[in-house]
Amino acid sequence: MIQIINLHKSFKNKPVLKGVNLEIYDGETVTIMGGSGQGKTVLLKNIIGLMKPDKGKIIIDGIDITTADKKTLHNVQKKFGYLFQGSALFDSMTVYENIAFGLRHMKLSAAEIKERVKLYLSYVGLEGIENMYPSELSGGMKKRVALARAVAYSPQYILYDEPTTGLDPQTAETITDLIMSLQKKLNVTSIVVTHDLKAALKVSQRIAFLYNGEIIDIEQPDKLLNTSNLFLREFVTSALINQTNYN
Amino acid sequence: MKKILFSLGQYLLLAYDCLLSLFTRNFEREVLLQQIYEIGVKSTPVCLMTSAAVGMVLALQTGMASISVLNEPAYIGTVVTFSLIKELGPMLTAVVLVGRIGAAITAEIGTMRVTEQIDAMYTLGTDPIKYLLVPRILGFTIVLPILTMLSDIVGIVAGGIMSYLRFDIPSTTYISDSLDYLSINDFFHGLIKAIIFGIVVSTIACYKGFYTEGGAEGVGKATTSCVVTSIVFLLIGDYFLSSLLISLGIG
Repeated sequence: MIQIINLHKSFKNKPVLKGVNLEIYDGETVTIMGGSGQGKTVLLKNIIGLMKPDKGKIIIDGIDITTADKKTLHNVQKKFGYLFQGSALFDSMTVYENIAFGLRHMKLSAAEIKERVKLYLSYVGLEGIENMYPSELSGGMKKRVALARAVAYSPQYILYDEPTTGLDPQTAETITDLIMSLQKKLNVTSIVVTHDLKAALKVSQRIAFLYNGEIIDIEQPDKLLNTSNLFLREFVTSALINQTNYN
Repeated sequence: MKKILFSLGQYLLLAYDCLLSLFTRNFEREVLLQQIYEIGVKSTPVCLMTSAAVGMVLALQTGMASISVLNEPAYIGTVVTFSLIKELGPMLTAVVLVGRIGAAITAEIGTMRVTEQIDAMYTLGTDPIKYLLVPRILGFTIVLPILTMLSDIVGIVAGGIMSYLRFDIPSTTYISDSLDYLSINDFFHGLIKAIIFGIVVSTIACYKGFYTEGGAEGVGKATTSCVVTSIVFLLIGDYFLSSLLISLGIG
């Protein structure tokens, strides 16, 4: 379980998060939505310990990572898989080496690692590209390889940072379906940060809305369209209009 | 001033983390071997060429200067050997490696930082300090003294060839001029400098890359800053280091 309590984070005296409170229960998928620059990625990076908050607590399975020592934080980080917005594949390594990188700590034999890489590449529909380099892949393929890398070592929690941004609708749909199928196969706890309302409605059990540095509303997807929160209603309406225009 | 102190603190903390990983032997040995090959083997030709050229020009200039003062070319071997072993060997090899390797380290690690590859490493259970930084610092610090010694030898030999071709100085005279006044302390003087240059230059390169900000422009600025900071340190630090070593009776 992840508990975020009164989280504050500023950059050069400009507050981005101003007291975020959120609980994510085991096995559920929560989507965090909000406008650009509202601090969604900052929130994700605080949760995984890549950034240190100015104030507040982040408790993961009973451990407060904001006060944890380096070793404890490192052990908590091993429970997470993270899909970066720009994929963040290691460009000097092949697809195989990228996916195998997270498996190095699992005391697996070379044959087992090979098997696992093959299996997770098949999950994301990219068999046979083990020897290619990231520069030889399209944006959608990179996202899928990054997804395979994030889940290959069976993390307990997966964080998705804008998994469908910058992709065409069909590829975005494929990624969304992949997230759902991996969710079912691996039964992990997930946090998705996205602008893509369609994807959010499809993958989440709850949708949290981040506005002005705070979570101002949390709704179930079926209740989102009838929300009484003015900001959220405005955001959802704009998102729906944009999506209709784009389609 | 506040910014400089902040950067210095950040640099020292990073260097401390690297040192800790080094002493606990908690770093990637495979990456270290790769780095030794990349830094050492691939930099050897350019280091040796530079050193040969410097050895020859030193011999030429010393010969011409001594002719104008003493009417004969004298002590060419002594000047070439002392200059190379105590000063020019470590300094020139370090400068060549700053340009060839230091800049590349900053650009590589900086690019990894701005494209979130370093963050990805943390999320995949690997500490980038142990995986990226320590092997590069250790590789650089092992290779620089070795390349310095090779450069010293090549420079001295090239100086000897120049002395023979230009001033007809026999090799026996050149060798005795070179070795008669040389003590083991002079050799250690150069070696200690090379080790310290290696540690400082490689940690500057890693630090500049590790804390790169601001996309492609940031990588460019970090790389330039790495080269400028390293060369300024080498030139200014060399004076203080030489004074310290001399006051300690080493060379």
